[in-house]
Amino acid sequence: MERPIRVLVAKPGLDGHDRGAKVIARALRDAGMEVIYTGLRQTAEQIVNAAIQEDVDCVALSILSGAHNTLLPKVVELLRGEGADDILVIGGGVIPGEDIPFLKEKGIKEIFTPGTPTQVTIDFIRGNVNR
Amino acid sequence: MMFDKDQISILKEAVDKENAKTQEKLQKRPERKKEFTTGSGSPVNRYYTPVDVSALDYMEDLGLPGEYPYTRGVQPNMYRGQFWTMRMYAGFATAEESNKRYKFLVEQGSSGLSVAFDLPTQIGYDSDHQLSEGEVGKVGVAIDSLADMEILFGGIPLDKVSTSMTINAPASVLLAMYIAVAEKQGVSSEKLRGTIQNDILKEYIARGTYIFPTEPSMRLITDIFEYCSKEVPLWNTISISGYHIREAGSTAAQEVGFTLADGIAYVEAAIKSGLDVDAFAPRLSFFFNAHNDLLEEVSKYRAARRLWARIMKDRFGAKDPKSMQLKFHTQTGGSTLTAQQPENNIVRVAIQTLAAVLGGTQSLHTNSKDEAMALPTEDSVRVALRTQQIVAHESGVTEVVDPLAGSYYIEAKTKEIEDEAYAYITKIDDLGGAPKAIDVGYIQQEIMDASYDYQKKMESGEIIVVGMNKYQIEEAPPTGLLRVDPAVGEMQKARLVELRSSRDNTRVTETLVALKKACEGTDNVMPFILEAVKAYATLGEICGVMREVFGEYQQSVNL
Amino acid sequence: MVNNIENRILENDKRAAARLITMLENKDPEGFRILKSVYAKGGNAYVIGITGPPGAGKSTLTDKLVKAYRKKGKRIAIVAVDPTSPFTGGAILGDRVRMNDLNTDKDVFIRSMGARGHLGGISEATSAAVKVLDIFGSDIIFIETVGVGQSEIDIVKNCDTTIMVMVPGLGDDIQAIKAGVMEIGDVFAVNKADRDGSARTAREIEMMLDFNKTLAWRPPVKMVVATENKGVDELVEAIEAHREHMLTSGAFTTRRIQNAKSEVVSLIKERIEQSILDNAHNEDKLSTFSKEIVSRALDPYTVVERLYEEIKDTIHIK
Repeated sequence: MERPIRVLVAKPGLDGHDRGAKVIARALRDAGMEVIYTGLRQTAEQIVNAAIQEDVDCVALSILSGAHNTLLPKVVELLRGEGADDILVIGGGVIPGEDIPFLKEKGIKEIFTPGTPTQVTIDFIRGNVNR
Repeated sequence: MMFDKDQISILKEAVDKENAKTQEKLQKRPERKKEFTTGSGSPVNRYYTPVDVSALDYMEDLGLPGEYPYTRGVQPNMYRGQFWTMRMYAGFATAEESNKRYKFLVEQGSSGLSVAFDLPTQIGYDSDHQLSEGEVGKVGVAIDSLADMEILFGGIPLDKVSTSMTINAPASVLLAMYIAVAEKQGVSSEKLRGTIQNDILKEYIARGTYIFPTEPSMRLITDIFEYCSKEVPLWNTISISGYHIREAGSTAAQEVGFTLADGIAYVEAAIKSGLDVDAFAPRLSFFFNAHNDLLEEVSKYRAARRLWARIMKDRFGAKDPKSMQLKFHTQTGGSTLTAQQPENNIVRVAIQTLAAVLGGTQSLHTNSKDEAMALPTEDSVRVALRTQQIVAHESGVTEVVDPLAGSYYIEAKTKEIEDEAYAYITKIDDLGGAPKAIDVGYIQQEIMDASYDYQKKMESGEIIVVGMNKYQIEEAPPTGLLRVDPAVGEMQKARLVELRSSRDNTRVTETLVALKKACEGTDNVMPFILEAVKAYATLGEICGVMREVFGEYQQSVNL
Repeated sequence: MVNNIENRILENDKRAAARLITMLENKDPEGFRILKSVYAKGGNAYVIGITGPPGAGKSTLTDKLVKAYRKKGKRIAIVAVDPTSPFTGGAILGDRVRMNDLNTDKDVFIRSMGARGHLGGISEATSAAVKVLDIFGSDIIFIETVGVGQSEIDIVKNCDTTIMVMVPGLGDDIQAIKAGVMEIGDVFAVNKADRDGSARTAREIEMMLDFNKTLAWRPPVKMVVATENKGVDELVEAIEAHREHMLTSGAFTTRRIQNAKSEVVSLIKERIEQSILDNAHNEDKLSTFSKEIVSRALDPYTVVERLYEEIKDTIHIK
């Protein structure tokens, strides 16, 4: 049988708006992926530890607190430090378009802003995981 | 009864006949959709007649404006007396910056302040806490101690304004700070008017800025009820919020059902703590969302009012009419805004404003067009406030009370939402009340199902959002968004260092030890918090003591 | 790519352990090759199963037990099994939510596993993960799973100590659960013991245990409130007592040999079954035969014989 893609859906930062994270978790599950959901208020360290132990193909970060420029690059950095930079990192949430180039430069492969159909995210993950 | 029985049966026959005839025609020329629904997905008939509302009794189910069951509004003359409070939620960066924005809003004709706190403040962490990294001043103003609060309200006379504070888990601490600032201004606490959100249950359900477990959280809330009933009598001690439940993806009926179920839990907790229902219930207020389906939303507010009045009277035996009146603040729906073609959001907000006003709101915050992307700029906040002013002064809907009453559709929908919400309340009662229903994840699961259903319908094109999944255009990324200076975090940290070296640390320790003892016992904690605040203990220190005694809430996730 | 797994896993490299678990879960032959090469290094971890009905608070209790064992300086691994949604292939695994603060402890390794509906089932994947985490150097491995079906029972019955978590107020559920499940509990924990009816629940369990007086080990029943960390130390003591009993009575080795036996048997079953089924599904033979069985052109016994005959010389176990 085909190996299911494993995705860690995490909420870095302190905001509690998990509607987007939960919707994407369900959509990825319905697309046949294994989703590891970690709940609110995750530090970059917690996210990276989970990503490594769960051996995920992708880390999907949802953030609406405005702290994305601080927290998202930190996740990528820590993954690199663990030699796990082959894990695809993507982000979503209330993120102004003008911040996206900076985040991509820092290694977040794609940012999905409000209104992105879940299918777009699913296709992106399928097309970009490294295994 | 609103209609004569015989007339109804004659009408029913006519309707059936017409329906049969039209269905035949529709076979040949089908309508735009197979099924018509409201924004929340509940079915909508082709038209409504007295048949659909024939079960209603005017005096029992509608009543006159300002009279039980308050379906038509809590006041006899509504906006003919005065308009709703135009209250713009604002706050960002430092206390100085936010203080400037408040003064700007008051100059522009805003009639009440509404304070947004940053996330560390909402979760009881100081700006120098590890988890505060990157969050300080982002979604609201950073408040670490009374010193920040003094700056926040500098030059704003607290006996003249009413202030709403969106604060929940540490609500008692921020309220204590407000009281302390007023005292320094020479304003006694009996004169203070305003609201704290103080609604922890919806934090567990939908908003996520909780700290303590359910039981101590409920105690903090009833402590506030008791303290304010004596010391701050004009203060609205809680704003029981459906707003965030709706934002999380609930339907309109769920918004009413879950919010009132939370309300019931607070009333029960207060009664259990020994308070008389009429001593605190008049100070309960509500907070609802306004989405785009104008008529469904108007029906929703009316249904909520009627249902709450009945609950307070029948279930809790309230005697004071004020205990039965559901008064509410409204905010236009943040989740209805699109990042695409943001100007379109102005139109959405206008429709939602109309819904709130036709539904009889007591105060209103209108979102700004750029809020799907960032905090609003001054210009976009002005347009949002002007939207309210245009509806108030130019639309004419304010000149008459509850103008949509008697519409067959509105009355049928009002009843339908009331019934559906009541069914949810019954289900939650069966589970042992809202806290238990949250604990087992029932409420979260219901919301999640509704939200996922909506998402799928939107992706299939069954639901159209203009500019997002239809009528798209190529757009350059927006510019000129409000940016919070990343230096704010460093500034707050420096201020904390300064504070900790200049205050009387012995007094801080004494007040914190006293607070800890109060938390461990059964005394009302408010006076102890007030003492600690006045000694310039920080929010993080105070909440730290409470975390130590109470522990922290563990999220329940049902996916 | 994660290279040189066999060496890295012995150096306590989390990434290597995690990847090897993935490979085994996916039945990657390379994974079995690696596991075989390091298998001899294992056997040092003690395996504790935690099971019970949905909503019993197993994840929270696991979290608290792990913290208690961390105080004793033990290195811990947790395998959190979520057997729900076996049909879509997808799953949402949410056990980590309740173990958040274990997440930054470098001596705790948590792995979530979903049932993927593949042959051999989740219990085989779990048992492979346990082998990896043992070799990786864990002192104690917790396996947490909901106790509702046969596959979950299979998972925990292989543990050295199995904790059955119960809660008051389940009513008839206790009756339902006792059949076939009660006997796998070595220690019972009545969680949420601050709730009404907890004493009654404990009594019911005791009564059920009394029916079986021949047991060499009489499972103790402990009251806990996991959310408040109450009774956890006592539960740890009970677990340790059982461990002591297992080691001194020889039951530990007996149980492990028994487990090895059943593992070999089930692996044989699974792998031969796989070979036969691969052939049966080839060119949709199975459907064709099945139609003929219904039309009475063939009978199921002949079909089985035929399918076996076709491949019997080619059976090889990967």
